[in-house]
Amino acid sequence: MTVIGGAETRARKVRWSIIDIVVVVYALIPVLWILSLSLKSKNTLTDGNFVPREWSIQNYIDIFHTNEFLLALVNSIGIALIATAIAVVLGTMAAYAIARLDFPGKQLLVGFSLLVAMFPQVSLVSPLFEIERSLGLFDTWPGLILPYITFALPLAIYTLSAFFREIPWELEKAAKMDGATPAQAFRRVIAPLAAPGVFTTAILVFIFCWNDFLFAISLTSTTRSRTVPAALSFFTGSSQFEEPTGQVAAAAVVITVPIVLFVLFFQRRIVAGLTSGAVKG
Amino acid sequence: MAEIVLDKVTKRYPDGALAVHEVNIEIADGEFVILVGPSGCGKSTTLNMIAGLEDITEGELRIGGERVNERAPKDRDIAMVFQSYALYPHMTVAENMAFPLRLAKVDKATIERKVTEAAKILDLTQHLERKPSNLSGGQRQRVAMGRAIVRNPKAFLMDEPLSNLDAKLRGQMRTSVSRLQKQLGTTTVYVTHDQTEAMTLGDRVVVMRGGVVQQVGAPQFLYDHPANLFVAGFIGAPSMNFMPATLADGQLSTPLGQVRLGDEVRRRVEAANAPRDVVLGVRPEHFEDAALVDEASRARGTVFTAHVDVLESMGSEKYAYFTVDGEQASSAELDELAADSGSVDVPASGGQLVTRLSAASTVTEGVALDVWFDTDKVQLFHPDSGVNLTYAGK
Amino acid sequence: MTGTTRSVPAAGQAAPIVAQGRTKAVLSEGKRAERRLGLLLCAPAAVVMIAVTGWPIVYSIWLSLQRFDLRFPAKREFVGLQNYLTVLSDGYWWTSVVVTVGITVVSVVIELVVGMTLALIMHRTLVARGLIRTVALIPYGIVTVVAAFSWKYAWTPQTGYLADLVGPDKAVLTERLPALGAIIIAEVWKTTPFMALLLMAGLALVPDDLLRAASMDGAGPWQRFVRIIVPVMKPAILVALLFRTLDAFRVFDNIFVLTGGAQGTGSVSMLTYDNLIKGLNLGIGSTMAVLIFIAVAIIAFLFIKGFGAAAPGSDQGGKR
Repeated sequence: MTVIGGAETRARKVRWSIIDIVVVVYALIPVLWILSLSLKSKNTLTDGNFVPREWSIQNYIDIFHTNEFLLALVNSIGIALIATAIAVVLGTMAAYAIARLDFPGKQLLVGFSLLVAMFPQVSLVSPLFEIERSLGLFDTWPGLILPYITFALPLAIYTLSAFFREIPWELEKAAKMDGATPAQAFRRVIAPLAAPGVFTTAILVFIFCWNDFLFAISLTSTTRSRTVPAALSFFTGSSQFEEPTGQVAAAAVVITVPIVLFVLFFQRRIVAGLTSGAVKG
Repeated sequence: MAEIVLDKVTKRYPDGALAVHEVNIEIADGEFVILVGPSGCGKSTTLNMIAGLEDITEGELRIGGERVNERAPKDRDIAMVFQSYALYPHMTVAENMAFPLRLAKVDKATIERKVTEAAKILDLTQHLERKPSNLSGGQRQRVAMGRAIVRNPKAFLMDEPLSNLDAKLRGQMRTSVSRLQKQLGTTTVYVTHDQTEAMTLGDRVVVMRGGVVQQVGAPQFLYDHPANLFVAGFIGAPSMNFMPATLADGQLSTPLGQVRLGDEVRRRVEAANAPRDVVLGVRPEHFEDAALVDEASRARGTVFTAHVDVLESMGSEKYAYFTVDGEQASSAELDELAADSGSVDVPASGGQLVTRLSAASTVTEGVALDVWFDTDKVQLFHPDSGVNLTYAGK
Repeated sequence: MTGTTRSVPAAGQAAPIVAQGRTKAVLSEGKRAERRLGLLLCAPAAVVMIAVTGWPIVYSIWLSLQRFDLRFPAKREFVGLQNYLTVLSDGYWWTSVVVTVGITVVSVVIELVVGMTLALIMHRTLVARGLIRTVALIPYGIVTVVAAFSWKYAWTPQTGYLADLVGPDKAVLTERLPALGAIIIAEVWKTTPFMALLLMAGLALVPDDLLRAASMDGAGPWQRFVRIIVPVMKPAILVALLFRTLDAFRVFDNIFVLTGGAQGTGSVSMLTYDNLIKGLNLGIGSTMAVLIFIAVAIIAFLFIKGFGAAAPGSDQGGKR
């Protein structure tokens, strides 16, 4: 590619800028629309205008005055955090073993987690519904945390073992030669190096748990453990007689905030994490 | 410090492939032994078995008189320097060197003292607080050495420790590794595929091929008396010239003309019960510009005439390349050496002859030259088994 | 120097000598510790995954062989394959199958094209590369239900900006084909960036030198794309396709919010949910669950067999 002069470069930059703007518009329109809806006053809610004509934060005030939303938010945060923590710990252990150790049944585990990754979640809804009812787990936090861990584990294992594989293998040999047991080699050499990967995986797993809808509406029945995505679809709003559009929009914006923050601050890591497992398993 | 004994040590992988076959080596206390051979010859596997990073399938490994086959690496008290240095990227230089001592629960003051000491020996004192990523290749290599020496292990194992350095630095480090080993007097096993390192560093060299030890001995001995074609071709740069020859009545018909063997050589060849067809091997330095050879020497050698294809003048000497008519010597071992040419100079291929002439020679490219070679120094090899028929050891 | 040994090299090729009798290697302490640690570390993850998927799927097969309606628990009995006959001869089931397959095929094809374009843009752009990647992650990260609501309100007459575009009297979400179109748009918007990221990772594997060489050989941009880029990144494309196809086949959230499955827009997941949670018919719900499981297994099998797709993890993970 020959760059003939500044003019050419500028022309190409302009062309790319236009393309980039199209991408930005594509990605942001639905997000901006729901934000705009949430900020419309009651009178202008149904004016169909993309930008609010009258700004108002009344919808936000309203949802934070309902138990329905507050409890759901607490459930969402609690369940997602606990499930993420457990899935990442278990996933780290398993991924380390898969990437670094030689033991019987390794291929079986890798194959099985691939199977789980492809598993149609709806197939689990019926048996889990019945099993959880008989175990008393239905409509409880553990009742959601368990399936979340399960479906997050393949993601965690793949992402982490890809990260672990990038750590030079000789370091562990070196640690062994320096007198470390396998457990010490893990704790003192591999774990500190793997920390960024673990963190990235935690973000991905959190997004996954935060996102779930199917389990959330199937395995819960009350505000005791209903998460925000599920609660949204049951929203009645403060008054019986109107569509709770504004409040749904406000609640939707609230649960989008953490996602936007993750994406803004950890874009590079998330991209690395999402693609690491896919390119070269 | 201890002696290391490999007693019929064998490595067989679960799929049945034999990586190392009955290796017997006795490494004396304080000795510097080099394992050398083309890639895939089993030298690294052997080193890893000594380290405890790979299991020994059969045979026994003794360090300081004790069987250690079943011991984990950490219980063998040996240190290793890796090709990639394997420095812990999240630790500073000081922390890297202190790591084995911390694992061994050595007290803080001792760690401090030993690290400082090692840093001084290796000239790393001013880099102690830096991370490995901020060091140059040579400095990293020294940190890896430092991590090995701080805890006074029974032995050092080094897996191609200099191969990631550029040529100039490698030469300098080679000298300092040698000096350090002499200073500490620690038993050392050193794996390399660089035959210059093999020749210059070790007390003894172990040449391996296909998992089997070919020959063990002092570097100069291996150079002068290779046990077989493989060792002859592997040791020495540029490597030995090989060509097919026919033996009859103490006379050798070669592409370079008829050669009358010296009495000593003839006696050995007869004792070895040599076949008619053999492979002739002549080292480049055993050739000379015939004009520079005195009468007495001329009498015990053979002179032939050939056109100089390429002449490389090195200042101190001249390398002249000739093309030899006729067939080339062929053997499985020569093929293997040629295949490994990525790391070893190819034995004269395409019927090419490499000769090292005195700098005083006035030869130029493209002219016909009378070349003399010393028939007392030639080596003859069995074309099938590769055995040196003129072997003078023992 | 007396320690000179001389051993005769093995005749012929230096090929590894194959062991005669196989002797069981005595594992050293280090090796045994490694095996123990490996199993120990994997055990919790394996137990959780098996407990939450393996056991329920078996239980689900068992439930599918029974008449089991929670509204009439007394009538629970073993009926063999009766439920399967009921489901497979049911028009609603086949409608949902057609809808699911339709949504899957159409959305995956669009995603592949748009995703590839987006991947090329993210890979090549001269300006604001970081910004583009960040922005593209938003649809991936956003909660599907949130996005679905955004689309729903956008199509709602009077409220939405899109509803006005298609005409004041049209209620997109209440007519079958337009509603399916809206569902597909929502799916495509949400998952294309993910597809693009996977494809972009594949693009990064295409060496620049290869493209330069192709230009020197006279290949234009389109030829470079078709002849060089696509073949080199084929594994990445197949992995992306496999994952997205299986994912699209499970489509649920968007349908639930946008149409609730009305007007024949329900997917198999939607129908199963309706039977199970709304209808409380565990027998029929489980039967559908098993059928979906089988369908997904067949899709995965066809992909891996048919395309020889290198599924992640099919390599010898961590083999030395």
